[in-house]
Amino acid sequence: MSDGAMRGKGVPVRLDKVSFSYGEAPLTFDVAFAAAEITAIMGPSGSGKSTLLNLVAGFETPQSGRVLIGGADVGAAPPAARPVSMVFQENNLFAHLSVEQNVGLGRSPSLRLTEADRTAIAEALERTGLGGKDKRLPRELSGGERQRVALARVLVRDRPVLLLDEPFASLGPALRDDMLDLVAGVHAERGMTVLFVTHQPQDARRIGRNVVFLDNGAVAATGSADDFFVGAGPEAFRRYVGAGAGNAVSRDIARKRT
Amino acid sequence: MAGGDEQIGRVVTPAQTTDSRVSAGIIALAAITLLIGGAFAGLLVEGAHDFSGAWAAFDPYLLRVVRFTLWQAVLSTLLSVIPALFVARALSRHPRFFGRAFILQLFAVPLALPAIVAALGILALYGRAGYFAGLFSAVGGQGWPGIYGLSGILVAHVFFNLPLATRLFLEALQTIPADQWRLASQLGMAARPAFRLIEWPTLRAALPGVAGLVFMLCITSFTIVLTLGGGPAATTLEVGIYQALRFDFDPARAVALTLLQIALTFIVVLALTRLGANVVGDTNLPVAPRRYLSVDTTEASLNAVLIVLALLFVIGPMAATVSAGLGADLGRLAGEAAVRQATLTSAVLAFLSALLSVMLSLALTMARRALALRRRAGRRTLLEHATDTGAGFVLVVPPIVIGAGWFLLLRHAGDVFAIAPVMVVTVNSVMAMPFALRAVRPAYDAASERHERLCAQLGISGWARLRLVDWPSLRRPLATAFAFAMALSLGDLGVIALFGSDSVQTLPYLLLARMGSYRTQDAAGLALLLGLVCLALVLAADWLGSDKVRNV
Amino acid sequence: MRTLLYALVSTMVVALSGPALAKDKLTVYTYESFTADWGPGPVVKKEFEAECGCDVEFVSVADGVALLNRVKLEGASTKADIVLGLDTNLTADAKASGLFAPHGAVSDVNVPGGWSDDTFVPFDYGYFAVVYDTEKLKTPPKSLKDLVEGSADDKIVIQDPRTSTPGLGLLLWVKSVYGDKAPEAWAKLKTKVLTVTPGWSEAYGLFTKGEAPMVLSYTTSPAYHMVAENTQRYQAASFEEGEYLQIEVAGITTNGAKNPLAAKFIAFMTGPKFQDAIPETNWMFPAGKTDKPLNPAFDKLVKPTKTLLFSPEEVAANRKAWVDEWLAVMSK
Repeated sequence: MSDGAMRGKGVPVRLDKVSFSYGEAPLTFDVAFAAAEITAIMGPSGSGKSTLLNLVAGFETPQSGRVLIGGADVGAAPPAARPVSMVFQENNLFAHLSVEQNVGLGRSPSLRLTEADRTAIAEALERTGLGGKDKRLPRELSGGERQRVALARVLVRDRPVLLLDEPFASLGPALRDDMLDLVAGVHAERGMTVLFVTHQPQDARRIGRNVVFLDNGAVAATGSADDFFVGAGPEAFRRYVGAGAGNAVSRDIARKRT
Repeated sequence: MAGGDEQIGRVVTPAQTTDSRVSAGIIALAAITLLIGGAFAGLLVEGAHDFSGAWAAFDPYLLRVVRFTLWQAVLSTLLSVIPALFVARALSRHPRFFGRAFILQLFAVPLALPAIVAALGILALYGRAGYFAGLFSAVGGQGWPGIYGLSGILVAHVFFNLPLATRLFLEALQTIPADQWRLASQLGMAARPAFRLIEWPTLRAALPGVAGLVFMLCITSFTIVLTLGGGPAATTLEVGIYQALRFDFDPARAVALTLLQIALTFIVVLALTRLGANVVGDTNLPVAPRRYLSVDTTEASLNAVLIVLALLFVIGPMAATVSAGLGADLGRLAGEAAVRQATLTSAVLAFLSALLSVMLSLALTMARRALALRRRAGRRTLLEHATDTGAGFVLVVPPIVIGAGWFLLLRHAGDVFAIAPVMVVTVNSVMAMPFALRAVRPAYDAASERHERLCAQLGISGWARLRLVDWPSLRRPLATAFAFAMALSLGDLGVIALFGSDSVQTLPYLLLARMGSYRTQDAAGLALLLGLVCLALVLAADWLGSDKVRNV
Repeated sequence: MRTLLYALVSTMVVALSGPALAKDKLTVYTYESFTADWGPGPVVKKEFEAECGCDVEFVSVADGVALLNRVKLEGASTKADIVLGLDTNLTADAKASGLFAPHGAVSDVNVPGGWSDDTFVPFDYGYFAVVYDTEKLKTPPKSLKDLVEGSADDKIVIQDPRTSTPGLGLLLWVKSVYGDKAPEAWAKLKTKVLTVTPGWSEAYGLFTKGEAPMVLSYTTSPAYHMVAENTQRYQAASFEEGEYLQIEVAGITTNGAKNPLAAKFIAFMTGPKFQDAIPETNWMFPAGKTDKPLNPAFDKLVKPTKTLLFSPEEVAANRKAWVDEWLAVMSK
């Protein structure tokens, strides 16, 4: 699925005996994500998927353990200093800045753009299908287009790790598939390590190479997507995903386009 | 693998992120503390010869004074704040109607009026010889005695504070995300549950701050209490402080009484914070402009009545001031060089004070937010308290104390007159800062909820953040804050009375001078002029802050 | 932008303070209404500058009390050469501050009761009086006793003795008439008091608005209305027991004693060029020699049958106790 591994851009991400708690039950993560591959993170609500991403991104600090990106302990670094780009489910854009400016912030947080920057921005917008919309404001775009802008910004930042926190959850199925294909395409070109949280097993099946399944605040299982979806995953995963046959059917339905 | 390390070079180093905001807040706090502390130091050094006055201050009469001070302040706060909640809600339910903007602008004007002008305006309506005197006597059956006494004080305080509280609550209400309203109308939520579930939590969060501010204003009320109070049974601590510095020249006593005033206010404000809760806003980004579905007619008419009543109450004394002013020889007044000079001086000083004030409050708001974010859960630190309500305590230190204290400190340093403009601007800006803070904070916190993670991700911080992210979403509340601060500085008589002289004459100073020379007509005309200047400045500030991008 | 504006303001301050040229300078601290355009200040300045060939700089503060405070705040290094506008209730305090120097003998002043102080020189005087609105009150009180015992329907606006000179004046007036019975008098007067304002302006403002038919002011107040507004409506009541006197004085500071212009000014102050300006600009009676006769309106004013006055030392010694006594009665 992804041959970006051959370009070697991505770096491995590892949570080494990381524990964290919001005050109630503690979450423990001890997991490694393969470099330059797309890994889907799945699990029931409350299992800690978003927290895991937040720990990698730097919005939360682990109470114990280390977060290693590319082998280096990034524990002390703030989010902006980590080699990570993140796309949230919403609030990815500043409502008062244009598409071009929003993407430009990926190059310069103070929006001082050089010619090289502007070219890169234009290219990224083309790549994500937003050519010609650089002067628009977010409120003039659809939900899908707004997420594309976020992806364009990911492109110009060009970091070795990409985190996606259910970014397409509010899009329709066809649109979601397009976006997933876009992510897959970008991954194929750049080869960054992608961690994405999703509730949709078909998303994982569509573009994921590996799956990390969380349950009850800890990693319950890891493995390749193929293995998981043919029923080799743990009991909890099968319960979460539902009947296997149903999955195949729904996947075909998702594939049909009119 | 080492591949990722190359990326780190371009981005922000760890030290710069939230720390710059906290530093800004610390600097602001330091400046304020220096101002107040310096004043106290000056007074204490002078009063060190003789502390007996300080001890003597604590006698049974003082107990009575304290009781009355607290009583009138508490009542005034209740009477101003509770109606303000409902008026603000009524206004927020109807975001667009003819004259709405003007009503809000008018609501900023009472703050700018010197107390005596307001008192005379109120008496022109409700006094013994007032507009309504005939009506009231007919209803009461006997001669209308006027509203002297506690009732007069309350009316005046509500006149000043109801508009202020309304505007502040409105700012808070406007931070409620549109999605909540969409949900409410989708669910067919009636007005009452909507109030309980959506509006009240936000209002409740703002309540302690606003009530605390109003309380502090009322507790330091001086001219109103004396003029409308009917007699020395109505005396506040402020009178005692004023007397200690003016007539008796007893700095130690002044300091003792001021500290007592601060302690009392602290207790009350502490009680108030127990009432309110810190409600964390929803992190939605409402990109579409807010659209309320229609409010039903019963509610609409009730809201209309409420708004009209509030408007009439506030406009009444102002209209009286206007009509009194029209009786003056405005042409001649406008032509006088002294008047033009005073207007210019007033405007410039007010502008500078407002600017400094807004900067201070923004620094404090940012620091408070940064500290709250860092802390996430658990108890608030002292620093966080200081940047929040703590900063508002400056209101409880009378300007005359600050002025006299610094005078004493600086008199050996050089020409005190030359620093008069600086003193006026600094003290006024610090005095106006709590208002600006209240206006800015809800919006800043709400915007931060939306943008914080994204800014951390992209490394947008410091000046870039202010310029690109905060300023656009804060334009309107900052403009409101600026308008308030300007209005307050315009009407100030406290500092200028001590430092003012022929070279630095403001409009209120001129007004008072005319009143003191039998020229009541002139004074009325100047009051009108003052009101107009204030209105003009408020209009300008609102226009500057108007949203071109409808950033909800 | 801000620095530009600040520069603008400070330039105004500097420019208006006047650069010190080759001329000698005399700095006079006084109260606001003295230096106002319609007050005595401009005339006095012109006349004295012509006479001495020097520069006169006025520095004005809100009122007499603020004047003393300002000087005390500035201490021995005060810029003032002359302090003009204290009244006799404040002179004891002023002397105790050690900031004033004797003026040398000045003989041609004429105030009721004579003048013997060696530190301060009077420049005008007036009497406190109850001023009433002839349209509202047909039968004004004829004595202090009348006022105290009169009907509670006719209200009077008075000032607070803690924060205002006329307020203190009334307190002393009642004290000098009633002596030890003053608290009882105040208890009776209390029902007639509409309100107690912080200062004269507020009280007079309330009076002219019609809130009360009487106010505590000066015997010369009606003169203003007669001369400037051409109306006889406001008149002062003449009390049998007499009226309380207010004498306004000027003094030389210890710093000013080094400036020869200061003594010259004091002499000038008691002369006609200064005194002529006083009646119709300061609305008080001149204390020194005048060349011009008083405006006829001044003849229509109440002439006190008796002058009441406590000495500055008595006032200084007893003021606090008397104010407390007043407070005790009035705040019930």
